[in-house]
Amino acid sequence: MNYEIIIAGFGGQGILSAGRIISVSAILEGKNTTWFPSYGPEMRGGTANCHVIVSDGEIGSPIINNPDVLICMTKPAIDKFESYVKNTGFILADMSLVGEDKIKSSKKQIFSIDAAKKAGEMGHKAYAMLIMIGKLIKETKIFKPETVEKALYEVLKPELHRLIPDDMAALAMGMEM
Amino acid sequence: MPKKVLIKGNEAIGEAIIRAGCRHYFGYPITPQNELTNYMSKYMPEAGGVFIQAESEIAAINMVYGAAGAGARAITSSSSPGISLKQEGISYIAGAEVPAVVVNVMRCGPGLGGIMPGQSDYFQAVKGGGHGDYRNIVLAPNNGQELYELTVKAFDLADKYRVLVMVMADGALGQMMENVEFKDKETPYKIDKPWATTGSGMKRKKNYITSVYINPDELEAVNIRLQAKYKEIEKEEVLFEETDCEGADIIICAYGLAARITRNVMKLAAEESIKVGLLRPITLWPFPKDAVGSLADKTDVIMSVELSAGQMVEDVRLAVNGKKPVHFYGRTGGNLPTQKEILNEIKRVLEKEVK
Repeated sequence: MNYEIIIAGFGGQGILSAGRIISVSAILEGKNTTWFPSYGPEMRGGTANCHVIVSDGEIGSPIINNPDVLICMTKPAIDKFESYVKNTGFILADMSLVGEDKIKSSKKQIFSIDAAKKAGEMGHKAYAMLIMIGKLIKETKIFKPETVEKALYEVLKPELHRLIPDDMAALAMGMEM
Repeated sequence: MPKKVLIKGNEAIGEAIIRAGCRHYFGYPITPQNELTNYMSKYMPEAGGVFIQAESEIAAINMVYGAAGAGARAITSSSSPGISLKQEGISYIAGAEVPAVVVNVMRCGPGLGGIMPGQSDYFQAVKGGGHGDYRNIVLAPNNGQELYELTVKAFDLADKYRVLVMVMADGALGQMMENVEFKDKETPYKIDKPWATTGSGMKRKKNYITSVYINPDELEAVNIRLQAKYKEIEKEEVLFEETDCEGADIIICAYGLAARITRNVMKLAAEESIKVGLLRPITLWPFPKDAVGSLADKTDVIMSVELSAGQMVEDVRLAVNGKKPVHFYGRTGGNLPTQKEILNEIKRVLEKEVK
Protein backbone atom coordinates (compact mmCIF):
# COMPACT_ATOMS: atom_id res chain seq x y z
CA MET A 1 0.00 0.00 0.00
CA ASN A 2 1.05 3.55 -0.69
CA TYR A 3 -1.05 6.57 0.28
CA GLU A 4 -0.12 10.14 -0.54
CA ILE A 5 -2.15 12.61 1.48
CA ILE A 6 -2.23 16.41 1.42
CA ILE A 7 -3.86 18.14 4.38
CA ALA A 8 -4.52 21.84 3.83
CA GLY A 9 -6.13 24.72 5.67
CA PHE A 10 -5.25 27.63 7.93
CA GLY A 11 -2.69 27.81 10.72
CA GLY A 12 -4.21 26.87 14.08
CA GLN A 13 -6.59 24.21 12.72
CA GLY A 14 -4.23 21.40 13.65
CA ILE A 15 -3.24 20.69 10.03
CA LEU A 16 0.40 19.88 10.82
CA SER A 17 -0.50 17.92 13.96
CA ALA A 18 -3.03 15.84 12.03
CA GLY A 19 -0.24 14.94 9.62
CA ARG A 20 1.97 13.90 12.51
CA ILE A 21 -0.80 11.75 14.01
CA ILE A 22 -1.11 9.94 10.66
CA SER A 23 2.66 9.52 10.34
CA VAL A 24 3.15 8.23 13.90
CA SER A 25 0.23 5.81 13.48
CA ALA A 26 1.93 4.53 10.33
CA ILE A 27 5.20 3.95 12.17
CA LEU A 28 3.38 2.15 14.98
CA GLU A 29 2.04 -0.28 12.39
CA GLY A 30 5.52 -0.83 10.96
CA LYS A 31 5.08 1.28 7.84
CA ASN A 32 7.34 3.90 6.33
CA THR A 33 6.24 7.50 6.36
CA THR A 34 7.23 11.03 5.47
CA TRP A 35 5.72 14.30 6.71
CA PHE A 36 6.60 17.49 4.88
CA PRO A 37 5.21 20.82 6.10
CA SER A 38 4.73 24.05 4.24
CA TYR A 39 7.43 26.24 5.73
CA GLY A 40 8.11 28.84 3.08
CA PRO A 41 6.27 31.91 1.88
CA GLU A 42 3.02 29.91 1.77
CA MET A 43 3.03 29.95 5.55
CA ARG A 44 3.11 33.72 5.74
CA GLY A 45 -0.48 34.86 5.46
CA GLY A 46 -1.84 32.03 7.50
CA THR A 47 -2.26 29.04 5.19
CA ALA A 48 -0.83 25.74 6.32
CA ASN A 49 -0.48 22.41 4.60
CA CYS A 50 1.46 19.22 4.93
CA HIS A 51 2.27 16.31 2.66
CA VAL A 52 2.08 12.90 4.32
CA ILE A 53 3.07 9.63 2.68
CA VAL A 54 2.40 6.22 4.20
CA SER A 55 3.88 3.22 2.43
CA ASP A 56 4.88 -0.41 2.84
CA GLY A 57 7.86 0.28 0.59
CA GLU A 58 10.64 2.82 0.32
CA ILE A 59 9.38 6.38 -0.09
CA GLY A 60 10.85 8.53 -2.85
CA SER A 61 10.11 12.22 -2.86
CA PRO A 62 8.36 13.55 0.25
CA ILE A 63 6.73 16.18 -1.93
CA ILE A 64 3.43 15.06 -3.39
CA ASN A 65 2.50 16.07 -6.92
CA ASN A 66 -0.74 14.08 -7.16
CA PRO A 67 -2.36 13.06 -3.87
CA ASP A 68 -4.55 10.01 -3.35
CA VAL A 69 -6.34 11.92 -0.62
CA LEU A 70 -6.83 15.65 -0.12
CA ILE A 71 -8.15 16.80 3.25
CA CYS A 72 -9.44 20.37 2.92
CA MET A 73 -10.25 22.63 5.83
CA THR A 74 -10.69 25.90 3.89
CA LYS A 75 -11.93 27.08 0.50
CA PRO A 76 -8.51 28.39 -0.64
CA ALA A 77 -7.10 24.95 0.14
CA ILE A 78 -9.49 23.18 -2.22
CA ASP A 79 -8.95 25.85 -4.89
CA LYS A 80 -5.22 25.25 -4.72
CA PHE A 81 -5.02 21.43 -4.62
CA GLU A 82 -8.23 20.02 -6.10
CA SER A 83 -7.03 19.68 -9.68
CA TYR A 84 -3.98 17.64 -8.59
CA VAL A 85 -5.95 14.87 -6.88
CA LYS A 86 -5.57 11.53 -8.68
CA ASN A 87 -8.59 10.31 -10.62
CA THR A 88 -8.60 7.24 -8.39
CA GLY A 89 -8.36 9.45 -5.29
CA PHE A 90 -10.82 11.45 -3.24
CA ILE A 91 -11.27 14.65 -1.28
CA LEU A 92 -12.46 15.05 2.31
CA ALA A 93 -13.84 18.59 2.55
CA ASP A 94 -15.14 20.32 5.63
CA MET A 95 -18.77 21.14 4.87
CA SER A 96 -19.00 24.52 6.56
CA LEU A 97 -15.46 25.81 5.96
CA VAL A 98 -15.13 24.78 2.31
CA GLY A 99 -18.76 25.50 1.51
CA GLU A 100 -21.44 23.28 0.01
CA ASP A 101 -21.52 25.08 -3.35
CA LYS A 102 -17.85 24.46 -3.86
CA ILE A 103 -18.19 20.83 -2.79
CA LYS A 104 -21.14 20.23 -5.16
CA SER A 105 -19.28 21.73 -8.12
CA SER A 106 -16.19 19.51 -7.64
CA LYS A 107 -15.44 17.10 -10.46
CA LYS A 108 -13.53 14.74 -8.15
CA GLN A 109 -14.86 12.12 -5.80
CA ILE A 110 -15.57 14.24 -2.76
CA PHE A 111 -16.99 13.68 0.72
CA SER A 112 -18.62 16.58 2.50
CA ILE A 113 -17.77 16.18 6.18
CA ASP A 114 -19.41 18.27 8.85
CA ALA A 115 -16.28 18.21 10.96
CA ALA A 116 -15.68 21.77 12.18
CA LYS A 117 -19.26 22.28 13.33
CA LYS A 118 -19.45 18.93 15.10
CA ALA A 119 -16.09 19.62 16.74
CA GLY A 120 -17.41 22.96 17.96
CA GLU A 121 -20.37 21.18 19.52
CA MET A 122 -17.92 18.84 21.26
CA GLY A 123 -16.20 21.83 22.79
CA HIS A 124 -13.01 22.27 20.76
CA LYS A 125 -12.30 22.93 17.08
CA ALA A 126 -9.23 20.64 17.24
CA TYR A 127 -11.52 17.58 17.22
CA ALA A 128 -12.33 18.39 13.59
CA MET A 129 -9.05 16.87 12.42
CA LEU A 130 -9.74 13.65 14.35
CA ILE A 131 -13.15 13.43 12.64
CA MET A 132 -11.35 13.78 9.31
CA ILE A 133 -8.82 11.08 10.23
CA GLY A 134 -11.75 8.84 11.22
CA LYS A 135 -13.26 9.26 7.77
CA LEU A 136 -9.85 8.67 6.19
CA ILE A 137 -9.56 5.36 8.07
CA LYS A 138 -13.06 4.34 7.01
CA GLU A 139 -12.38 4.99 3.33
CA THR A 140 -8.83 3.63 3.14
CA LYS A 141 -8.25 1.21 6.07
CA ILE A 142 -4.85 2.93 6.19
CA PHE A 143 -4.36 1.75 9.79
CA LYS A 144 -6.39 0.50 12.72
CA PRO A 145 -8.35 3.13 14.64
CA GLU A 146 -6.89 1.92 17.95
CA THR A 147 -3.40 2.71 16.63
CA VAL A 148 -4.38 6.37 16.53
CA GLU A 149 -4.89 6.32 20.30
CA LYS A 150 -1.30 5.18 20.82
CA ALA A 151 -0.13 7.82 18.34
CA LEU A 152 -1.99 10.54 20.21
CA TYR A 153 -0.04 9.73 23.36
CA GLU A 154 3.18 10.25 21.41
CA VAL A 155 2.16 13.36 19.48
CA LEU A 156 0.22 15.35 22.07
CA LYS A 157 1.85 17.16 24.96
CA PRO A 158 1.26 15.38 28.31
CA GLU A 159 -1.11 18.13 29.50
CA LEU A 160 -3.40 17.28 26.57
CA HIS A 161 -3.52 13.54 27.23
CA ARG A 162 -6.69 13.94 29.30
CA LEU A 163 -8.46 14.93 26.06
CA ILE A 164 -7.55 11.71 24.25
CA PRO A 165 -10.87 9.94 25.10
CA ASP A 166 -12.68 12.83 23.42
CA ASP A 167 -10.27 12.69 20.50
CA MET A 168 -11.11 9.01 20.08
CA ALA A 169 -14.82 9.81 20.27
CA ALA A 170 -14.30 12.32 17.46
CA LEU A 171 -12.40 9.68 15.48
CA ALA A 172 -15.29 7.23 15.95
CA MET A 173 -17.72 9.92 14.82
CA GLY A 174 -15.67 10.42 11.64
CA MET A 175 -15.78 6.69 10.98
CA GLU A 176 -19.57 6.83 11.03
CA MET A 177 -19.78 9.66 8.51
CA MET B 1 15.53 -3.49 19.09
CA PRO B 2 16.14 0.22 18.59
CA LYS B 3 12.91 2.10 18.21
CA LYS B 4 11.85 3.96 15.08
CA VAL B 5 10.88 7.53 15.82
CA LEU B 6 9.23 10.21 13.72
CA ILE B 7 11.66 13.09 13.75
CA LYS B 8 12.49 16.16 11.67
CA GLY B 9 15.60 15.93 9.53
CA ASN B 10 17.18 18.85 11.36
CA GLU B 11 16.55 17.11 14.68
CA ALA B 12 17.94 13.81 13.39
CA ILE B 13 21.19 15.70 12.72
CA GLY B 14 21.00 17.08 16.27
CA GLU B 15 20.56 13.61 17.77
CA ALA B 16 23.51 12.35 15.70
CA ILE B 17 25.71 15.15 17.05
CA ILE B 18 24.97 14.14 20.63
CA ARG B 19 25.32 10.40 19.98
CA ALA B 20 28.60 10.91 18.11
CA GLY B 21 30.02 12.20 21.36
CA CYS B 22 30.27 15.82 20.22
CA ARG B 23 29.79 18.20 23.14
CA HIS B 24 30.53 21.52 21.45
CA TYR B 25 27.94 23.18 19.22
CA PHE B 26 28.23 26.77 18.05
CA GLY B 27 25.43 28.21 15.95
CA TYR B 28 23.59 31.22 14.71
CA PRO B 29 19.94 31.08 13.64
CA ILE B 30 18.88 30.90 10.00
CA THR B 31 15.95 29.22 8.24
CA PRO B 32 15.59 26.36 7.27
CA GLN B 33 17.97 24.83 9.84
CA ASN B 34 16.63 26.46 13.01
CA GLU B 35 15.23 23.25 14.46
CA LEU B 36 18.82 21.99 14.68
CA THR B 37 20.02 25.02 16.64
CA ASN B 38 16.90 24.74 18.78
CA TYR B 39 17.50 21.03 19.42
CA MET B 40 21.09 21.72 20.41
CA SER B 41 20.06 24.49 22.79
CA LYS B 42 17.93 21.99 24.68
CA TYR B 43 19.83 18.71 24.48
CA MET B 44 23.48 19.80 24.42
CA PRO B 45 23.36 21.23 27.96
CA GLU B 46 21.41 18.12 29.05
CA ALA B 47 24.25 15.98 27.70
CA GLY B 48 26.74 18.07 29.64
CA GLY B 49 27.95 19.84 26.53
CA VAL B 50 28.38 23.41 25.39
CA PHE B 51 25.75 25.25 23.35
CA ILE B 52 26.59 28.75 22.27
CA GLN B 53 24.46 30.98 20.09
CA ALA B 54 27.32 33.06 18.76
CA GLU B 55 27.07 36.72 17.78
CA SER B 56 27.47 35.79 14.12
CA GLU B 57 28.20 32.92 11.76
CA ILE B 58 31.82 34.03 11.58
CA ALA B 59 32.16 33.86 15.35
CA ALA B 60 30.56 30.41 15.40
CA ILE B 61 32.98 28.87 12.87
CA ASN B 62 35.93 30.36 14.74
CA MET B 63 34.64 28.88 17.99
CA VAL B 64 34.60 25.53 16.18
CA TYR B 65 38.20 26.16 15.10
CA GLY B 66 39.19 26.85 18.71
CA ALA B 67 37.34 23.93 20.31
CA ALA B 68 38.48 21.47 17.66
CA GLY B 69 42.03 22.77 18.00
CA ALA B 70 41.82 21.83 21.67
CA GLY B 71 40.95 18.29 20.57
CA ALA B 72 37.18 18.39 21.07
CA ARG B 73 34.59 17.21 18.58
CA ALA B 74 32.98 20.48 17.46
CA ILE B 75 30.32 21.48 14.97
CA THR B 76 28.46 24.44 13.55
CA SER B 77 25.42 24.52 11.31
CA SER B 78 23.85 27.07 9.06
CA SER B 79 22.14 27.53 5.72
CA SER B 80 23.55 28.86 2.46
CA PRO B 81 24.13 32.61 3.15
CA GLY B 82 25.44 31.73 6.60
CA ILE B 83 27.78 29.12 5.12
CA SER B 84 29.19 31.81 2.81
CA LEU B 85 30.09 33.85 5.88
CA LYS B 86 31.91 30.87 7.38
CA GLN B 87 34.20 30.32 4.40
CA GLU B 88 37.21 32.16 5.82
CA GLY B 89 37.08 30.00 8.95
CA ILE B 90 36.62 26.85 6.87
CA SER B 91 39.77 27.65 4.89
CA TYR B 92 41.71 28.30 8.14
CA ILE B 93 40.49 25.00 9.60
CA ALA B 94 41.61 23.20 6.44
CA GLY B 95 45.00 24.92 6.54
CA ALA B 96 45.50 24.16 10.21
CA GLU B 97 44.37 20.53 9.72
CA VAL B 98 41.84 20.68 12.51
CA PRO B 99 39.02 18.09 12.39
CA ALA B 100 35.61 19.78 12.35
CA VAL B 101 32.09 19.30 11.05
CA VAL B 102 29.86 21.88 9.35
CA VAL B 103 26.21 21.29 8.40
CA ASN B 104 24.67 23.19 5.48
CA VAL B 105 20.89 22.87 5.20
CA MET B 106 20.79 24.49 1.79
CA ARG B 107 18.30 27.10 0.70
CA CYS B 108 18.18 28.79 -2.67
CA GLY B 109 20.44 31.63 -3.77
CA PRO B 110 22.26 33.67 -4.82
CA GLY B 111 22.43 36.44 -2.24
CA LEU B 112 20.01 36.23 0.63
CA GLY B 113 17.90 34.29 -1.87
CA GLY B 114 14.92 32.48 -0.42
CA ILE B 115 14.24 29.98 2.32
CA MET B 116 12.98 27.15 0.12
CA PRO B 117 15.15 24.10 -0.66
CA GLY B 118 18.05 24.37 -3.09
CA GLN B 119 21.22 22.57 -4.16
CA SER B 120 23.03 25.57 -5.52
CA ASP B 121 25.91 25.43 -3.02
CA TYR B 122 27.52 22.44 -4.74
CA PHE B 123 30.33 24.49 -6.30
CA GLN B 124 30.99 26.24 -3.01
CA ALA B 125 31.15 22.99 -1.07
CA VAL B 126 33.23 20.84 -3.42
CA LYS B 127 35.32 23.33 -5.38
CA GLY B 128 36.66 25.45 -2.57
CA GLY B 129 34.38 28.13 -1.18
CA GLY B 130 37.22 29.65 0.76
CA HIS B 131 40.67 30.49 -0.55
CA GLY B 132 43.59 28.15 -1.03
CA ASP B 133 44.21 24.61 -2.25
CA TYR B 134 42.04 22.64 0.11
CA ARG B 135 39.22 20.11 0.07
CA ASN B 136 36.39 19.30 2.43
CA ILE B 137 34.79 15.89 2.53
CA VAL B 138 31.18 16.59 1.53
CA LEU B 139 28.44 14.11 2.51
CA ALA B 140 24.99 14.29 0.88
CA PRO B 141 22.29 12.41 2.80
CA ASN B 142 18.92 11.83 1.13
CA ASN B 143 16.67 10.78 4.01
CA GLY B 144 16.27 11.07 7.76
CA GLN B 145 18.21 7.88 8.45
CA GLU B 146 21.17 9.11 6.42
CA LEU B 147 21.03 12.58 7.96
CA TYR B 148 21.60 10.76 11.24
CA GLU B 149 24.15 8.19 10.10
CA LEU B 150 26.22 10.46 7.87
CA THR B 151 26.44 13.13 10.58
CA VAL B 152 27.91 10.51 12.92
CA LYS B 153 30.23 9.42 10.12
CA ALA B 154 31.24 13.03 9.49
CA PHE B 155 32.86 13.23 12.93
CA ASP B 156 34.69 9.94 12.40
CA LEU B 157 36.03 11.03 9.00
CA ALA B 158 37.06 14.43 10.36
CA ASP B 159 39.05 12.80 13.16
CA LYS B 160 40.52 10.13 10.90
CA TYR B 161 41.95 12.59 8.37
CA ARG B 162 42.07 15.86 10.34
CA VAL B 163 39.89 17.55 7.74
CA LEU B 164 36.65 19.50 7.75
CA VAL B 165 33.63 17.44 6.79
CA MET B 166 30.50 19.12 5.50
CA VAL B 167 27.06 17.54 5.70
CA MET B 168 24.98 18.93 2.84
CA ALA B 169 21.23 18.66 3.31
CA ASP B 170 18.53 20.96 1.95
CA GLY B 171 15.51 22.76 3.30
CA ALA B 172 13.12 19.94 2.47
CA LEU B 173 15.22 17.22 4.10
CA GLY B 174 15.72 19.45 7.13
CA GLN B 175 12.06 20.32 7.54
CA MET B 176 10.47 16.98 6.78
CA MET B 177 9.78 14.27 9.33
CA GLU B 178 10.56 10.65 8.63
CA ASN B 179 10.95 7.41 10.54
CA VAL B 180 14.51 7.20 11.82
CA GLU B 181 16.12 4.41 13.80
CA PHE B 182 18.77 5.46 16.29
CA LYS B 183 21.36 3.02 17.50
CA ASP B 184 21.40 2.47 21.24
CA LYS B 185 24.97 3.62 21.36
CA GLU B 186 27.37 5.03 18.81
CA THR B 187 31.00 4.08 19.23
CA PRO B 188 33.00 7.03 18.00
CA TYR B 189 36.17 6.44 16.03
CA LYS B 190 38.87 6.63 18.70
CA ILE B 191 42.01 8.47 17.84
CA ASP B 192 44.72 10.11 19.87
CA LYS B 193 45.12 13.79 19.19
CA PRO B 194 48.73 14.44 20.27
CA TRP B 195 48.71 17.61 18.14
CA ALA B 196 45.84 19.21 20.11
CA THR B 197 46.45 22.29 22.22
CA THR B 198 45.37 20.76 25.49
CA GLY B 199 48.07 22.28 27.68
CA SER B 200 51.57 20.86 27.81
CA GLY B 201 51.81 20.97 31.61
CA MET B 202 55.48 21.81 30.85
CA LYS B 203 55.92 18.07 30.28
CA ARG B 204 56.10 18.05 26.51
CA LYS B 205 56.92 20.35 23.64
CA LYS B 206 54.22 22.97 23.13
CA ASN B 207 51.70 22.28 20.40
CA TYR B 208 51.04 25.06 17.95
CA ILE B 209 48.05 25.28 15.62
CA THR B 210 48.28 27.68 12.74
CA SER B 211 47.63 28.19 9.05
CA VAL B 212 50.28 30.91 8.65
CA TYR B 213 53.55 29.91 7.03
CA ILE B 214 55.61 32.87 5.82
CA ASN B 215 58.40 30.65 4.52
CA PRO B 216 57.39 29.41 1.03
CA ASP B 217 59.12 26.04 1.42
CA GLU B 218 57.34 25.39 4.69
CA LEU B 219 53.98 26.32 3.19
CA GLU B 220 54.61 24.22 0.11
CA ALA B 221 55.44 21.25 2.35
CA VAL B 222 52.07 21.75 4.07
CA ASN B 223 50.34 21.85 0.69
CA ILE B 224 52.10 18.69 -0.48
CA ARG B 225 51.03 16.93 2.70
CA LEU B 226 47.43 18.12 2.26
CA GLN B 227 47.30 16.96 -1.35
CA ALA B 228 48.64 13.53 -0.39
CA LYS B 229 45.94 13.28 2.25
CA TYR B 230 43.24 14.30 -0.27
CA LYS B 231 44.50 11.63 -2.68
CA GLU B 232 44.13 9.02 0.03
CA ILE B 233 40.59 10.22 0.81
CA GLU B 234 39.72 10.05 -2.90
CA LYS B 235 40.94 6.45 -2.89
CA GLU B 236 39.32 5.32 0.35
CA GLU B 237 36.16 7.24 1.09
CA VAL B 238 34.01 7.42 -2.05
CA LEU B 239 30.36 6.56 -1.40
CA PHE B 240 27.55 6.23 -3.90
CA GLU B 241 24.41 4.23 -4.60
CA GLU B 242 23.58 2.71 -7.97
CA THR B 243 20.05 1.61 -8.84
CA ASP B 244 18.93 -0.15 -12.05
CA CYS B 245 21.77 1.26 -14.16
CA GLU B 246 22.62 -1.89 -16.12
CA GLY B 247 20.99 -1.62 -19.57
CA ALA B 248 19.08 1.55 -18.69
CA ASP B 249 17.74 3.76 -21.49
CA ILE B 250 19.02 6.74 -19.53
CA ILE B 251 20.86 7.14 -16.23
CA ILE B 252 20.15 10.07 -13.94
CA CYS B 253 22.82 11.40 -11.62
CA ALA B 254 21.22 13.10 -8.63
CA TYR B 255 21.87 13.51 -4.93
CA GLY B 256 19.81 14.43 -1.88
CA LEU B 257 16.24 15.51 -2.52
CA ALA B 258 16.71 15.44 -6.31
CA ALA B 259 17.58 11.73 -6.05
CA ARG B 260 14.38 11.08 -4.12
CA ILE B 261 12.29 12.83 -6.74
CA THR B 262 14.13 10.79 -9.38
CA ARG B 263 13.11 7.54 -7.64
CA ASN B 264 9.48 8.46 -8.29
CA VAL B 265 10.32 9.34 -11.88
CA MET B 266 11.84 5.87 -12.34
CA LYS B 267 8.49 4.27 -11.46
CA LEU B 268 6.56 6.70 -13.63
CA ALA B 269 8.89 6.04 -16.56
CA ALA B 270 8.63 2.27 -16.12
CA GLU B 271 4.89 2.57 -16.75
CA GLU B 272 5.82 3.90 -20.20
CA SER B 273 8.49 1.22 -20.70
CA ILE B 274 11.37 3.66 -20.28
CA LYS B 275 14.14 2.20 -18.13
CA VAL B 276 15.69 4.89 -15.97
CA GLY B 277 18.76 4.20 -13.81
CA LEU B 278 19.97 6.27 -10.88
CA LEU B 279 23.51 6.98 -9.75
CA ARG B 280 23.36 8.82 -6.44
CA PRO B 281 26.63 10.27 -5.16
CA ILE B 282 26.67 10.12 -1.36
CA THR B 283 30.08 11.76 -1.15
CA LEU B 284 30.02 14.86 -3.37
CA TRP B 285 33.72 15.16 -2.61
CA PRO B 286 35.38 12.80 -3.17
CA PHE B 287 33.13 12.57 -6.24
CA PRO B 288 32.43 8.99 -7.40
CA LYS B 289 34.14 9.66 -10.70
CA ASP B 290 34.99 6.04 -11.54
CA ALA B 291 31.40 4.94 -10.96
CA VAL B 292 30.01 7.85 -12.97
CA GLY B 293 32.61 7.32 -15.70
CA SER B 294 31.61 3.68 -16.06
CA LEU B 295 27.98 4.67 -16.67
CA ALA B 296 29.02 5.29 -20.25
CA ASP B 297 29.34 1.50 -20.64
CA LYS B 298 25.86 0.91 -19.26
CA THR B 299 23.69 3.38 -21.12
CA ASP B 300 23.65 5.78 -24.06
CA VAL B 301 22.44 8.91 -22.31
CA ILE B 302 23.25 10.45 -18.93
CA MET B 303 21.45 13.33 -17.26
CA SER B 304 22.14 15.26 -14.10
CA VAL B 305 19.06 16.42 -12.16
CA GLU B 306 19.65 19.10 -9.56
CA LEU B 307 17.90 21.88 -7.66
CA SER B 308 20.34 24.28 -9.30
CA ALA B 309 21.16 25.81 -12.65
CA GLY B 310 23.66 23.02 -13.31
CA GLN B 311 26.60 22.48 -10.95
CA MET B 312 27.25 18.79 -10.30
CA VAL B 313 26.70 18.21 -14.03
CA GLU B 314 30.21 19.62 -14.57
CA ASP B 315 31.73 16.80 -12.51
CA VAL B 316 29.49 14.28 -14.26
CA ARG B 317 30.79 15.54 -17.64
CA LEU B 318 34.40 15.36 -16.43
CA ALA B 319 33.88 11.78 -15.29
CA VAL B 320 32.06 10.66 -18.45
CA ASN B 321 34.74 12.45 -20.45
CA GLY B 322 32.84 12.75 -23.71
CA LYS B 323 32.10 9.04 -24.05
CA LYS B 324 28.34 9.63 -23.94
CA PRO B 325 26.16 12.76 -24.04
CA VAL B 326 25.49 14.33 -20.63
CA HIS B 327 22.35 16.44 -20.24
CA PHE B 328 21.03 18.54 -17.40
CA TYR B 329 17.68 19.36 -15.88
CA GLY B 330 17.12 21.54 -12.85
CA ARG B 331 14.89 24.12 -11.23
CA THR B 332 15.96 27.10 -9.17
CA GLY B 333 14.53 29.69 -6.83
CA GLY B 334 13.17 27.08 -4.44
CA ASN B 335 10.89 25.52 -7.03
CA LEU B 336 11.13 21.76 -7.17
CA PRO B 337 11.00 19.83 -10.43
CA THR B 338 7.85 17.73 -10.64
CA GLN B 339 8.07 14.07 -11.62
CA LYS B 340 6.22 14.77 -14.89
CA GLU B 341 8.59 17.61 -15.77
CA ILE B 342 11.61 15.34 -15.37
CA LEU B 343 9.93 12.54 -17.30
CA ASN B 344 9.10 14.93 -20.16
CA GLU B 345 12.72 16.06 -20.23
CA ILE B 346 13.87 12.42 -20.30
CA LYS B 347 11.61 11.76 -23.29
CA ARG B 348 12.83 14.89 -25.08
CA VAL B 349 16.47 13.96 -24.53
CA LEU B 350 15.95 10.33 -25.57
CA GLU B 351 14.23 11.42 -28.77
CA LYS B 352 17.16 13.68 -29.57
CA GLU B 353 19.97 11.26 -28.69
CA VAL B 354 18.60 7.82 -29.59
CA LYS B 355 17.99 7.52 -33.30
